[in-house]
Amino acid sequence: MSSDKKYVPSSPTAKWVEDRLPLMGLIYSSLGSGFSAPRNLNYMWNFGVLAGFMLVVQIVTGIVLAMHYIPHIDFAFDSVQHIRRDVNYGWLLQAIHANGASMFFMVVYVHILRGFYFGSYKSPREILWFLGIIIYLIMMATGFMGYVLPWGQMSFWGAKVITNLFSAFDFIPFIGDGIVEWLWGGFAVGQPTLNRFYSLHYLLPFVLVGVVILHIWALHIPGSTNPLGIDADGPYDKIPFHPYYTAKDAFGLGVFVIFFSIFVFYMPDFLGHPDNYIKADPLVTPAHIVPEWYYLPFYAILRAIPDKLLGVVAMFSSILILFAMPWLDGARVRSMRFRPLSQFFFWIFVVNTLFLGYLGQLSPDDILGFGWTALTYAQISTFLYFAHFLLVMPLVSRMETTKPVPISIAAAVLDANKKG
Amino acid sequence: MINNIAIKGLLASTLTVLLFISNANAAGEAKHPERNTYSSAGVLGKFDIPSIQRGLQVYVEVCAACHSMDLVAFRALEEIGYNEDEVKAIAAEYEYEDLLDDDGELMFRSGIPADYFPSPFINDKQARSANGGALPPDFSTLVKAREHLSFLPWASTYGEDYVVALMTGYHEEVPSTAPEGFELASGLYYNDYYEGNAIAMAPPLFDDMVEYADGTPATMHQMGYDVANFMSWASDPTMQERKEMGLVVMLYMIVFVTLLYFTNKRIWRKIKKGEDIDPTKL
Repeated sequence: MSSDKKYVPSSPTAKWVEDRLPLMGLIYSSLGSGFSAPRNLNYMWNFGVLAGFMLVVQIVTGIVLAMHYIPHIDFAFDSVQHIRRDVNYGWLLQAIHANGASMFFMVVYVHILRGFYFGSYKSPREILWFLGIIIYLIMMATGFMGYVLPWGQMSFWGAKVITNLFSAFDFIPFIGDGIVEWLWGGFAVGQPTLNRFYSLHYLLPFVLVGVVILHIWALHIPGSTNPLGIDADGPYDKIPFHPYYTAKDAFGLGVFVIFFSIFVFYMPDFLGHPDNYIKADPLVTPAHIVPEWYYLPFYAILRAIPDKLLGVVAMFSSILILFAMPWLDGARVRSMRFRPLSQFFFWIFVVNTLFLGYLGQLSPDDILGFGWTALTYAQISTFLYFAHFLLVMPLVSRMETTKPVPISIAAAVLDANKKG
Repeated sequence: MINNIAIKGLLASTLTVLLFISNANAAGEAKHPERNTYSSAGVLGKFDIPSIQRGLQVYVEVCAACHSMDLVAFRALEEIGYNEDEVKAIAAEYEYEDLLDDDGELMFRSGIPADYFPSPFINDKQARSANGGALPPDFSTLVKAREHLSFLPWASTYGEDYVVALMTGYHEEVPSTAPEGFELASGLYYNDYYEGNAIAMAPPLFDDMVEYADGTPATMHQMGYDVANFMSWASDPTMQERKEMGLVVMLYMIVFVTLLYFTNKRIWRKIKKGEDIDPTKL
C-alpha cells in the first residue's frame, strides 16, 4: 500500500483533458488516493486542514462583507452595523468573519505546537517550517489590519499603539523619522490609514494563499511527519490520503465546525472587546488598550522590556527565533515521545506562553501573587520564553538520553495491537 | 498517546484559566451589577416583546431627551411587535428636514418608517454644552459596549444588568460605602455601579414617571428593566434569529458528525489493527 498510485483517467473525455491540462492528476496525487501519508497520524494532524478551511472561510465571508463595508472614518463603524442589521444574513457573515479570525489563530497555534512537539521543523522539513512562519507573520499583519476596519475605539487605539511601535526605529538615518507618518499616510491615524489597511487587508489573504500553496508543495516533498517521528519508508508505513485521511479530516472538521458555531451563534462577542462597540474617538483614550487575544503573549514581551527599541526588537525576535529552531534543536530523534526531558520543557514553554498572554491583558502595575507586579512577572516570563530557545533547547536536545525508537511505523502498529 | 497529549494540554490550560480566575475581580472599584432574569438569555432566548415595547415608551418619553439612537430606523420596530400602521404613526411624530423649495428654503416633512430616530442635539458640542460637559452616549450599541464577558459567568458583566444597576444605583448623598476620601464634584451624582462612582447624568428615572400603556406599575426598577430590554434589542436586533438558526445548525452538525465518526471508524477498521501488514516482510 505504500507506493503512490498514478492517476488513470476513467473516460476518453477525461483522458483528452488530462493530456492537455493534468489538473485532475495534480489533485489526485496531492489530496487523493495518489498521495500517501504515514498510517499513524493522530488528530493533531487535522489542524493543517482546519487552518486551510479557515483561510477559505475568511476569504469567502470577507469578499461578501467588502461588498457592504465602507472604508471611511465617518461611515466604517455605521457600515458594519448596517451589515449586522440590514444586510441579508449580514449578522451571520460578520460573526463568522470576526470569530473566524480567532478560530484561524487557534487552529494555527495548535498546528505550530504540534510541530514543536513532534519535531516537524527538523531536517528535511526546514523550508516547510520557514514557510509556516511566514504564513503566521502574514496572518498577524492581516488580522491586525482587519481589526482596525470596524473603526471602534479599540480598532483606532490599537492601530495607534501598534503603528507607533515603528517610531522605535527613528535612529535609522533619513527614513527613521518618517516611518510612522509613512505608515499612517498623515500625521495621525486617520482616513489614509484606514483606507490603506482596507486595501492591504483585502490583498494579504491572497498572498497567504500563495504561500500556503508553497507550504503544501514543500510538505509533499518529504511527506508528513508522524507521531513516532521516524521516516515512513517501510513497505507498510504509508496509506493513501484518500479515503483514510479525507475521512479522518472530515470528522475533525465537523467537530471543529461545532466548536466554531458555539461562538458564532451563542457568544459572538466573547472574543472581542466591548470598547469596539463605541465609535472611534481620537480625543477619548480607553482605560486599557489591549490587542486581540492572539497577540497578547507578544504584547506582554513588548511591555516587559523598559526600553522601547529593545522591546520592539524582543517582540519581533520572539517570533523570528522560530526560524532558528531546526539548528537550536540538535536531537537526532524528532518526536518528543522519546525525549521525556524535552517534553517536560515543552509543556513548561506552553504554560509560560499562556501566562504571558494572561499578563498581556493586565495593566503592567497590577499586583499579582507575592506582591509582585504584572511587569515583574512579564519580565520573568519573557526571560523563560527566550531561555527555552537559547538555553534549554540547544542543551537538552543534545544531552538528553532518548528512549528507544521503533524500527518502523508498521512494526509499531503491530506492537501496539499485540499489547491491546 | 493522543490522550496523553490531550490530558497534558488540558492541565496546562486549566492552570492558566485558574490564573485568570484569581484576578477576575481585582480591577475596578464600582460594584458588580446583580444578574437579573431575561427571556432573551440562554440558548433558546426570545425577545420579551411587552417589556421591549414598554422600554421603547421609556426611551421616547424620558431618555430620548438627551440620548440619540442613530442606527435604529423606525422600520426596525416591526421586529418588536408593531404593525406597519403603528410604525408609520410612531415615525410621523417626528419632523425631518426635507428638500429645498423653489426659493431655496428648507422644507420639513414628518417622519416615515425608513427614517432613523432623530438625535436630540445637532452635534456633540451642543450635547456636551447642554449636559455639563458630558456627552450622553448613543443607545444604538450601548448594551454591547458595556458588556464585559469573562470565562466565568459570575465574573461577567452583562450589558442589560449594567443598565438596570445604573438606573437604580443612585444615592442622594455620598454613602458610607464610597471609596475612602471620595469627594463628589459639583454637578455630578453618586452611583454605585459607575466606574469612579461620579456620573454626570442626574438620576433619570422615578417611580410613576411614565404611565405604561399596558397598565404595568411603572416602578423605577421596572422602567430600568424595560429600557434595558429595549436597549439590548437595539444593540443586537438579530439575537433571536441568530439563536434559532444556531439550534438548527447544532442539531444538524451533531447528527452529521456522528455519521462522520462511524464512517471514519469503519474505513479505518483494518488499517487500525494492522491487518494489511505482512509481518514477514517488515
